[in-house]
Amino acid sequence: MSDLQSQNYIRRSASTLTPPSVRNHEAEVAKLIDVTRCIGCKACQAACMEWNDLRNEIGYFEGSYDNPMDLDPSTWTLMRFTEWEDDKGNLEWLIRKDGCMHCEDPGCLKACPAPGAIVQYENGIVDFISENCIGCGYCVKGCPFNIPRISPVDRKSYKCTLCSDRVAVGLEPACVKACPTGAILFGSKSDMTDWAGERIVDLKSRGFENAGLYDPPGVDGTHVMYVLHHADTPSIYAGLPDNPQISTVVSAWKGLLKPIALAGIAFAAVAGFMHWVVVGPNEVQPEDELEAERLLEAKGQPDATDERPGMDRPV
Amino acid sequence: MTRPRGTLTRFGTVTRINHWITAACFVLLTLSGLAMFHPLMFWLSGLFGGGQWTRAIHPWIGIVLLISYAGLVVQFWRDNLWNREDLAWTLAFDRVLANEEEDVPEVARFNAGQKFVFWSMALLIPALFFTGIAIWEGYFTSYTSVELQRFAVLIHSLAAIAAILVWITHVYAGIWVRGSMRAMTQGYVTPGWAWRHHRKWFRALAATGSTGPQPGNDGDKPSK
Repeated sequence: MSDLQSQNYIRRSASTLTPPSVRNHEAEVAKLIDVTRCIGCKACQAACMEWNDLRNEIGYFEGSYDNPMDLDPSTWTLMRFTEWEDDKGNLEWLIRKDGCMHCEDPGCLKACPAPGAIVQYENGIVDFISENCIGCGYCVKGCPFNIPRISPVDRKSYKCTLCSDRVAVGLEPACVKACPTGAILFGSKSDMTDWAGERIVDLKSRGFENAGLYDPPGVDGTHVMYVLHHADTPSIYAGLPDNPQISTVVSAWKGLLKPIALAGIAFAAVAGFMHWVVVGPNEVQPEDELEAERLLEAKGQPDATDERPGMDRPV
Repeated sequence: MTRPRGTLTRFGTVTRINHWITAACFVLLTLSGLAMFHPLMFWLSGLFGGGQWTRAIHPWIGIVLLISYAGLVVQFWRDNLWNREDLAWTLAFDRVLANEEEDVPEVARFNAGQKFVFWSMALLIPALFFTGIAIWEGYFTSYTSVELQRFAVLIHSLAAIAAILVWITHVYAGIWVRGSMRAMTQGYVTPGWAWRHHRKWFRALAATGSTGPQPGNDGDKPSK
């Protein structure tokens, strides 16, 4: 939402210069969402609205526990409910708190054309700096998790900030504070990974043999991680990508194409100039005018005789 | 417009206005598009009142360009139909580049290079339009999938680069071949220019006593 000067930037959209980075004691943070402990109470959703002063317009009941049905500019986190049957026919109610994953390699930031509209702080949080956002929607195309939403009101893109404003002053994110079961934890990424490891051992001992940590390597890991009972098939959790990565289409557009295109344009302009220098302009010669006159006379053009000579000779 | 007597009309008034509307749109689209294409050129967004304005205005200029270019297609498509002689001209292009046109096949109203520019733009501008619609934030992105938008934005960028390259060629040709610029600003050329560059067109005009295309006249009928 806004620029936090208490954190170094490690990445800044559409910028080629190194951002200020004199601080050197900023630990990487992570939010750990233990899906296996979640009871679906939506306290995190309410806390997010509360802290960030977001109030969505009241919608309609769509026959689902999901409320609202999708993320939007004022819904930065959303509980997604899935009724899933395992191969023995047992029903499991999978509840996943959806929102920005704060990728270590953020596709939104890579795609963004506006300098400083998307930044990544040294603690790993990916934040949108709204005043720099131009509302083009490129972040939507860059994101492997389908998270950013463009507001129709101010034409700017919004998503979870991981409560960067709270984290910057030593508080945990609002959703973490509100969670009544301890399903959402916040701390350094290494602590969260260790804690998840203990939790996964516990889950495996209780029959969830595919329990695991969701910290996808395709985006160099994320600063929001899940403990899943079925980490072998993340997609059963309301379409969590099995192997998220920045689309190769986006990489081609933002990677290879840009330097090649600029070089091509520069080459074309220089080639034109060099042609001018080497060969020079193609000018109409007096002989051309004479030949033209001869032809017109031969055809008996009445007005092609007297006024013609001397006109538009090259200088 | 007053012009020296004995000169030939190359482009009529309506055509010239149409061309320059197209040109203005193209330049504005290139500047605003490049601002959003590469961070090095984001400063160009200042010409449009900032990034938000650049993003907002770019598609609207694109619509004007599409309509305007459609006007040029209507006026020019017939003279740009490809024929066998264009191949011969293309094969002799090294002679053209060297300003040695004696042995180059005679050219009608447009040469193969001009036809290439015309058809390239006739292809690229609709491609830019349709891919641009797919990524027009706020109006159409709710009707297209994100995956489709990813392809659309890549194709849009590729087509834009191609169009800019064609445009550079077009502008340089106008500078290089003296007299062409005036043909599109004031509308006339001298008989010598027509003899040198578009001899077949010139012969057709001379044969019919025409001084060039008039509204409702493609140049093959006498204008008086």
